[in-house]
Amino acid sequence: MLSPKKRRGLTFAALSAVSMLMLSGCGSQIAVLHPEGPVAQKEFNLIVWSFVLMAFVGIVVFGLFAYMLIKYRASRPGIEKTYDPNIEGNTKLEVTWTVIPVLIVIALAIPTVQTTYALKDPPASAHDPIEVDVTSADWKWIFQYPAQHIETVNYLVIPAGVPVKFMLTSVGPMNTFWVPELGGMEFTMPGADLGLWLEADKPGVYLGRGANFSGKGFAHMQFNVYSKTQTQFNQWVSTVKSKYPALTMNEATYLVKHQGLSPIMTFSSYPAASVAQNQNTQMGM
Amino acid sequence: MLPHYFNHLFVSGIDIYIADVLIILASISIVGVLTYFKKWKWLWREWLTTVDHKKIGIMYILAAFAMFFRGGMDGLMMRTQLAVPNNHFLGAQHYDEVFTTHGTIMILFMAMPMLIGLINVAMPLQIGARDVAFPYLNAISLWTFFFGALLFNLSFVIGGSPDAGWTSYAPLAGPTFSPGPGENYYLFGLNLAGLGTLASGINFLVTIIKMRAPGMTLMRMPMFVWSTLITSILIIFAFPVLTVALSLLSFDRLFGSHIFSMTHGGMPMMWVNLFWIWGHPEVYIVILPAFGILSEVIGTFSGKKLFGYSAMVGSLIAIAFLSFLVWVHHFFTMGAGATVNSFFGVSTMLIAIPTGVKIFNWIFTMYKGKVRFNTAMLWSLAFIPTFVIGGMTGVMLAVAPADYQYHNSYFLIAHFHYMLVGGTVFGVFSGLYYWWPKMFGMKLNETLGKWHFWLFMISFNLTFLPMYLLGLMGMTRRMYTYPPGLGWSHLNMLETVGAFGQGFAMMFMMVNIIWSIKNGERDLTGDAWDGRALEWATTSPAPEYNFAHIPMIYGRDAFWDRKYGKDKAKYTLKAKPYTPIHMPNNSGRPFLMAVAFFISFFGFVFEWWLVAGLGLLAVFFFMFSRSFETNTDHYISVEEIEHTESGGGRS
Repeated sequence: MLSPKKRRGLTFAALSAVSMLMLSGCGSQIAVLHPEGPVAQKEFNLIVWSFVLMAFVGIVVFGLFAYMLIKYRASRPGIEKTYDPNIEGNTKLEVTWTVIPVLIVIALAIPTVQTTYALKDPPASAHDPIEVDVTSADWKWIFQYPAQHIETVNYLVIPAGVPVKFMLTSVGPMNTFWVPELGGMEFTMPGADLGLWLEADKPGVYLGRGANFSGKGFAHMQFNVYSKTQTQFNQWVSTVKSKYPALTMNEATYLVKHQGLSPIMTFSSYPAASVAQNQNTQMGM
Repeated sequence: MLPHYFNHLFVSGIDIYIADVLIILASISIVGVLTYFKKWKWLWREWLTTVDHKKIGIMYILAAFAMFFRGGMDGLMMRTQLAVPNNHFLGAQHYDEVFTTHGTIMILFMAMPMLIGLINVAMPLQIGARDVAFPYLNAISLWTFFFGALLFNLSFVIGGSPDAGWTSYAPLAGPTFSPGPGENYYLFGLNLAGLGTLASGINFLVTIIKMRAPGMTLMRMPMFVWSTLITSILIIFAFPVLTVALSLLSFDRLFGSHIFSMTHGGMPMMWVNLFWIWGHPEVYIVILPAFGILSEVIGTFSGKKLFGYSAMVGSLIAIAFLSFLVWVHHFFTMGAGATVNSFFGVSTMLIAIPTGVKIFNWIFTMYKGKVRFNTAMLWSLAFIPTFVIGGMTGVMLAVAPADYQYHNSYFLIAHFHYMLVGGTVFGVFSGLYYWWPKMFGMKLNETLGKWHFWLFMISFNLTFLPMYLLGLMGMTRRMYTYPPGLGWSHLNMLETVGAFGQGFAMMFMMVNIIWSIKNGERDLTGDAWDGRALEWATTSPAPEYNFAHIPMIYGRDAFWDRKYGKDKAKYTLKAKPYTPIHMPNNSGRPFLMAVAFFISFFGFVFEWWLVAGLGLLAVFFFMFSRSFETNTDHYISVEEIEHTESGGGRS
């Protein structure tokens, strides 16, 4: 058996090794902490603020905890002098550690509520928003652009600097649509349309995925989001219009009904009956 | 009339075959040992038919240990699969089953029975009672839980495990996307066990209200009793919701109704609401008793009164009240709208306030104390920082817009493992080391206990701390594999090492138990740790009737008071003569009724209506026969009490 001192030393060494490992080697791969759009930025600000408040709480609690352990350990010489088994409480102290957390909660609740309401609206932009209708199926992502009348499967192209209104639904189990660098996720649910605003600041490629378990192929429901300049985006749309086949109703049904993975696909148009969003009630926007 | 699942009755797969063989070997050896040592009668008389709360508690804990092992193996399989990218140790289907059973078992068949077991062992003793209010019902609770758990576990080898996650969201868990018996096992196993839990809640509530020793006012109750009282109220309000939800989904699956389906006007989100209206109070049901354990252990090993007793009671009540107002925070991202999200975000943050009060009170209980670092105390102490980390990230999750980035990610997984392992499991270990002498009359070995503690605590942090980071890197829960190049690989490997470290640490506990049975220090005084509450005022283990004389109470920390307090004189018992003690009779009916339930529900799982119906009929038969039973209790004679109290009856 190690002495208590040595044991504490070992624990400390082990814990610092873990934190070193966690801090090194990851850097820019921490998507949530590298926001690339206004929505993700707002959420990031809240994450940082809540972390700062909590870190303050943590330091106070951990400090007090360590102090009590060391100061009042039974093995400390002269412990009998400080020992007082009859202390029952202290009103002043108890009021303090009730009131300060109340203040912290207020400091956190106000920006939380503000941001919650702010994210209902499109990010401020000089450009008009575009809409993409997102449908999760087993186990693929279907993206329909109602204004451009084109469809992609398992990848997404958006113009940078333009707010994108995603209308989310599902034709199978629930899922969630998540592109961490652009912003938080929202559920796709059968029978309902849920709205989500996202925007990319600049051109780039961002990884998105389904975040709610939907069965065997769920882990593979990953897709790339290509953010392009407005001109490149327009070019891409016209290429799709001219170079790619139209989606037939048969194919559309197969995509939805067939339980399996799907490759990346592009269609110059889609039949109106294939739009799952048409029959749904709208929620949350 | 061949049932349509008949072809899938026996599951194939190499690990299933291994499980089959192990189950058969284990069964043969259990039967062999019982027969060889002629212990069948002993098993039936002393254990299977008992209504003694202490024995029922021990059986709860035993079953929970078995489930801990099963759930732990699931966890290790998951961590093995995720150790490296693109791994093929488990397939998708198999992984889905494993995480489903891991979650369900750990929460409902490990944490709950472990705590209910400890409550059974300690609570009636702490209030100076002879037993719980309804000892017979207590046995029914145990056996319905036990056979519910058995039914759920049976899915592994017969028919296939459920695979829609422990949350079982419709429509994934509905008949379209989860055909086969697996999900039925989930529904019927949980419903059977839930019945027992609800009965336990009622039983504990009535026990605490009606059975306290004279002089023990509510505000003189030990904090563990308070936490049990509040937990019971939570159980009584929350569990009926689960029963209803499970039954409705069973209708969808067995009888073709469309309550949670996506066609014919069904509403999948209704399941999510019902599940979490039960599910959020449920997480407090598994943490509040652990809070209670902490209050007992920290007080005892600091040699101090609990700091801020009234505030501790108030915060328990506040947490319980708030726990019913936060369920939507489990699905901020389901489009409820800004107003709803704001309300539930703020109500969730509010829980941090009473919880913070408790943390500070525990820390200040050590103030001017004499802190002894026994194993039981180490677990309670480690609880504080891990629970604070879990709690702080919990508040971060309550920030609704930020939750859009954490939801369903490993950040969330890290958070609730800090609460459920760093909280509940650490608390349970603390309680086990603390009350072990009371249950079995001997202490667990301190050296082995400390090895268990340090290895487990370090490995636990190694497993779950990196998960926070993985969540921020975009890794989501329930992925059975992930591609390389995302920066996830090293952290995942680290977590796997940690997980096996925890498994390794548990071996120290097992060795400790076996070693201590033979060599452990006997507790001859009944007061193993210089304790404060009444459970230490009787022998270890306590006699069947707990106290020969029902104790009188004059203050908080009744036993400490009797030993050292200013009221010491009041407690000096005049040598009163013993009087016969009124006790309930043992009965085999609770066990048999649970077997009948098991058979019936097994029939429901496979839609074998004849089996289901006959089983239910048997259940009703047992209820009926109980109603006409007149010989339900007996008296323990004065001679027998004298014999026991003089040490003759001590094992």
